[in-house]
Amino acid sequence: MTLPLPDPMLPMRFRVVERFDEQPGVASLALVPVEDAMPLFRPGQFNMLYAFGIGEAAISISGDPHEHGWMVHTIREVGAVSRALARIHPGGMLGLRGPFGAHWPLRRQSGRHLLFVAGGLGLAPLRPAILQALREKTRYASLTLVCGARAPEQMLYRDEVDGWARQPGMDVLRIVDHANAGWTGRVGVVTTLLGAALGPHDPESVSAFVCGPEIMMRFTARDLAIAGVPGGRIWLSLERNMKCAIGRCGRCQWGPDFLCRDGPVLPYDRVARRLAIKEL
Amino acid sequence: MAFQAHAIIDSPAPLVAALKDAGWKVIAPVERDGALVLAAIQSAEELPRGRVDRASPGEVRIEDGRPGRWFDHTLPASGWKRWLHPPRHLLWRANRGRDGFELKTPPPETEDLAFLGIRPCDLAAIARLDAVLGPDGSADTEYMRRRRHMLSVVVQCARAADTCFCTGPGTGPRAEHGFDLALTELEIGLLVEVGSERGAGILERLPSREARETDIEEAHAISRKTAGMQRRRLPPSAAAAIAQAPDHPEWDQLAARCLACGNCTLVCPTCFCTDVEDTTDLSGDHAERWQVWDSCFATGFSFVHEGPVRTSVRSRYRQWLTHKLATWYDQYGTSGCIGCGRCIAWCPVGIDLTAAAEAIARPASPSPAPTGG
Amino acid sequence: MTRIEIEALLADHPDFHQFTAAERARLAAWAREERYPAGTTIFNEEDPADTVFLLLEGDVAVQNALPGGPPVIIETLHTGDMLGWAWLVPPFRRMSDAIAQTDVRAVGLDAAGVRALCNAHPEMGYRLFQNWLPHLVQRFRSQRLQILDVYSERSR
Repeated sequence: MTLPLPDPMLPMRFRVVERFDEQPGVASLALVPVEDAMPLFRPGQFNMLYAFGIGEAAISISGDPHEHGWMVHTIREVGAVSRALARIHPGGMLGLRGPFGAHWPLRRQSGRHLLFVAGGLGLAPLRPAILQALREKTRYASLTLVCGARAPEQMLYRDEVDGWARQPGMDVLRIVDHANAGWTGRVGVVTTLLGAALGPHDPESVSAFVCGPEIMMRFTARDLAIAGVPGGRIWLSLERNMKCAIGRCGRCQWGPDFLCRDGPVLPYDRVARRLAIKEL
Repeated sequence: MAFQAHAIIDSPAPLVAALKDAGWKVIAPVERDGALVLAAIQSAEELPRGRVDRASPGEVRIEDGRPGRWFDHTLPASGWKRWLHPPRHLLWRANRGRDGFELKTPPPETEDLAFLGIRPCDLAAIARLDAVLGPDGSADTEYMRRRRHMLSVVVQCARAADTCFCTGPGTGPRAEHGFDLALTELEIGLLVEVGSERGAGILERLPSREARETDIEEAHAISRKTAGMQRRRLPPSAAAAIAQAPDHPEWDQLAARCLACGNCTLVCPTCFCTDVEDTTDLSGDHAERWQVWDSCFATGFSFVHEGPVRTSVRSRYRQWLTHKLATWYDQYGTSGCIGCGRCIAWCPVGIDLTAAAEAIARPASPSPAPTGG
Repeated sequence: MTRIEIEALLADHPDFHQFTAAERARLAAWAREERYPAGTTIFNEEDPADTVFLLLEGDVAVQNALPGGPPVIIETLHTGDMLGWAWLVPPFRRMSDAIAQTDVRAVGLDAAGVRALCNAHPEMGYRLFQNWLPHLVQRFRSQRLQILDVYSERSR
């Protein structure tokens, strides 16, 4: 006797219980399931979110993995689907399939220095990992977050990051690409902060989690590797066109990997060569 | 095995009738609009008896062959995948309600399909699709449901087309297992090999006589002769070479010819990529989500945010060939190519995948001085 | 700050420690300590590039004025960084404004003096350029990334 297996293409219904405008065109939604159990997820995984009649998009989970009351997603409006999703207000419904994909392998880094490098909205998929690391920080030698953004007003989760910076045992370094005179923080790109972020640590004992635009991850991972961080201890979160999220539609293939299933989180030593191949 | 392994039948006509009687919808090659296509048949009369296909790069012609021969043709234009992995498939419907929306999957169609005349290479293609679309332990899919309702009657090939190269990948011209029944057309009738209990049950209902050792030997000789007719081959080093050569100058040569029409992906029996389409009716209250075949040659295929990742034809051809011949090994432990040669025959400009692989497997010659540009 | 202190400071700096003691002594002869309180201007665009600064403490914004809007910060420099490169290339005029974001303490090297030293001691001049170039390359690379405006329209 077997129970009917779930249809992996059929979304669960979720309701938006809270919505927060992060910055123009970027909103965070807290979701609860209408009839299903709240799915468990691991930091770095994503869900396929469906806006009624419009379509589905792959969105990283950006909430706390220990918070089982709701599921949080931060969505930037870049197309019809993400625009529709980001504008669903509390009480509204959306479809959700997931979670899918490989996670940031946090637990395997016991005793090591954790370095999170986030560019722009790349902080969203890293946030669950940072929250988990803060919760269990005695497990790690140190925690450092390097955050890059386009401009001061586009720094994601700004207040929360301020809070992290005040926590003992967590270093936060921030930088923006562009600022007007009067800004007293750093201006430049995240790679210029890597030296300071690695600081006195033996690079061999650093584990880095990098998320942001692909080119930012490429430059960051390369500089970390040059500084001596092992390529197998640098993870990136990659992105391609995902439709099915279960490795069957073929669209998110990137070399031998289906990014929806084998990724999105992959170690740098596996992907370094591929990152340099154009139009792969 | 408990069942009798071999027998001789005079004609496929009683077989078609027996399959239909047993409730199977019989899908077989038929001649239509100047090509061999797959369709549901009511009787063996609809088979392209006495007709053969002549395939060469960019061309397929159907013409008269030896009169009376049932299966001297080779391959239908498209593979059997459309019956297992349909070009359009409704995933679910959603209806807007007062308080959100409701989702409903359509009731499954449960047609029992008998594939009559499937060739060994195409049978191998289904095994490849099983690896891609098959069960992963947690999911049941439309493909698996259809797959469970499928019966196969293989025809062992008595002829190879100019575009055939199954001997390299070892997917033909003879299938040894994986079928319910397999037929080889001999001078004295059709030799039936039984591959499953289910196949044995079908054979029991047919007027047949015992096969002699010499009949079985004749069948093997036919397979050897068919293998000997093949002129094309995939270099064994192709997989490794292609994976290592994303910048080989041959990609530019191929891109200069390729129209990015996607014909090869349509006719390829292992190409499985899909897109989804979301639709709503005019009221906006009823939405549907369809899974539709897609092609890596379409620009939208690699769309991320504002644009496609693979804008050039070069990169799209490279993705197709690299996936088919190289990264498929990383993903599924086999080649994605089963040597049917359809992509060669149905390419409007006659690009030959075996020649392309050969050129890329060859070390790039020192590039000539750049001209122009 | 005494000359001895400046020599010791150069000996500790990654860009100067490869110089011989004699070379550092020659450089120190052209050096003086400079202080800029937070918010003050260190130099302005079009000023003669007569000094190159080795930042000992504090943050400096390198910025350019735009008509019709507030000045835009191109980059910020910090402890250990070198401020100024226009002193290397004729016509030796500043290309940007430099503003102290915090209280800044720096060693200022007299540009004409250092250039004269390099001309008189080409081996030392070559080494100076060898140490300077990676610093410039790093800033050049990061500005390329800024031009790419990588965070513009990515969804994450």
